[in-house]
Amino acid sequence: MALEELYREVILDHYRNPRNRGRLDEPEATAEGMNPLCGDEIHIDLRFEDGKVSAIAVEGQGCSISQASASMMSEAIKGKTREEISDLIARFRGMMSLEGGTDPGIDPDRPGASLGDMEALQGVRQYPVRIKCAALGWTVLQDALQS
Amino acid sequence: MTGFPDLRADFPILETGVHFLDSGASSQKPIQVLEAMDRFARTSYANVHRGAYKLSVAATDAYEAARQRVADFLGADHDEVVFTRGATTSLNSIAFGWGLEHLRPGDRILTTVMEHHANLVPWQMVAKRTGATLDHIPITEDGRLDLDAFLEKLDERVRVVAVTGMSNALGTIPDVPWIAGRAHEAGARVVVDAAQLVPHREVDVRELGADFLAFSSHKMLGPTGIGVLWGRMDALEEMEPFEGGGEMIADVTLHNATWAPIPHRFEAGTPPIIEAVGLHAAIDYLDSIGMDQIFAHDQHLTAVALERLSDVPGVQIHGPRDTENRGGVISITMDGTHAHDLATILDEHGVAVRAGHHCAKPLMRELGVAATARLSFYVYNTEEDIDATVTGLRKAGELFGVG
Repeated sequence: MALEELYREVILDHYRNPRNRGRLDEPEATAEGMNPLCGDEIHIDLRFEDGKVSAIAVEGQGCSISQASASMMSEAIKGKTREEISDLIARFRGMMSLEGGTDPGIDPDRPGASLGDMEALQGVRQYPVRIKCAALGWTVLQDALQS
Repeated sequence: MTGFPDLRADFPILETGVHFLDSGASSQKPIQVLEAMDRFARTSYANVHRGAYKLSVAATDAYEAARQRVADFLGADHDEVVFTRGATTSLNSIAFGWGLEHLRPGDRILTTVMEHHANLVPWQMVAKRTGATLDHIPITEDGRLDLDAFLEKLDERVRVVAVTGMSNALGTIPDVPWIAGRAHEAGARVVVDAAQLVPHREVDVRELGADFLAFSSHKMLGPTGIGVLWGRMDALEEMEPFEGGGEMIADVTLHNATWAPIPHRFEAGTPPIIEAVGLHAAIDYLDSIGMDQIFAHDQHLTAVALERLSDVPGVQIHGPRDTENRGGVISITMDGTHAHDLATILDEHGVAVRAGHHCAKPLMRELGVAATARLSFYVYNTEEDIDATVTGLRKAGELFGVG
């Protein structure tokens, strides 16, 4: 059964204990989005210092995949420049076989070397209806960066 | 067991072994319906009410025979049955065709917090255009309509009471005859969204006491693309056509048109002809089992499911906990596990359920949940489907560490 592949322990951990939860005072960039079909919601606040993300806060509700993915993302982009984040978004989209994605550079012999914990989300690809759950936080992040 | 026949062999799609528990969204189709549509399309198809040739006459006869079949099924008159594209179109036809004509500023529309969006959003739209106000009957803690609150809200400014015949999210069956009686005393028209009711329980429109009734074929073993708007003749006579076009006119000049008699007045354009034949066959199929038997079967499965689900750690049941005035729809959540995760895990166990807000977002807010997983039963379901669901839910509990 592929369920264990989908619900990896690291995903469930991020779902139960989401990182960087909440809102920021005076965010420099902010965006929110929802998936109208299933009602998953994500709100993201960002602040920058020297061109790098210095603080991020995520709020939302929804399924384990949407919330865990956003939590992992919040850890991954801290301290990164906009260019680095764009690259990360593209590689994440590549991993999910989404439009605009690039080669994620995942090395099966070195798990986590390219996308860290987020590589655990690869199992979602086998569940096409859930890919949009995994992608929601990233779509909102893109909106926030353009805000 | 109830002695209800095992009908699974009539439903080819069930050969895949799927435990299909999403009939509340759309039902599967028996071979009797598929073959009736296929036979008609191969031998008798043409447009209706138009051609002066044998095929068109045959098609018209079949289409009107379907209308008569629906009328007989509902205890209605032939001309009171309007074919639409589905319950949603029926409800919009009522809201716009009747509501826009008759609602004035200060008039009130009374609906409920557990309506499907199809019996809520059209009334919101019509309220905005007419200046009427919209109010909602609340529900009690166990998911039934709060009838005391209904009486408090009912006054002579209420022109329409729009209520579900059976909640698509909770399974609750409100006492429509009683509600209609009170509403009529106050001078209001009564609109019933019967999309879940008509497929599952015998409905006699005279006993129900409503003025308008809406339902879809695809939830009652028939095809998509066709539904019914039933109205008492005096109520239909108060309605303006919602759509203009062919077939609905008596005469047309460059600037004006007069309407065809009811029901054709409300059937602009080429109707769903093959689908009407399919709906006819679906009603024949349902009647061959017997609507009382079907409702008893739904209730039996509901009773079994309520009992077995309550044994699963972490499972919360939303809506009535017993089978009194309740159909075969059960909404559940599991502590610490989102409904979409439940649906994915159940899918891996071959169980198809709907997860989400069930087009009833105000109700979800009322229940304090973002989404539920919904089991809905029909004629082809068995206790095995419930057992597979329970197995899947226990697995979900293991994965998510519930209990």
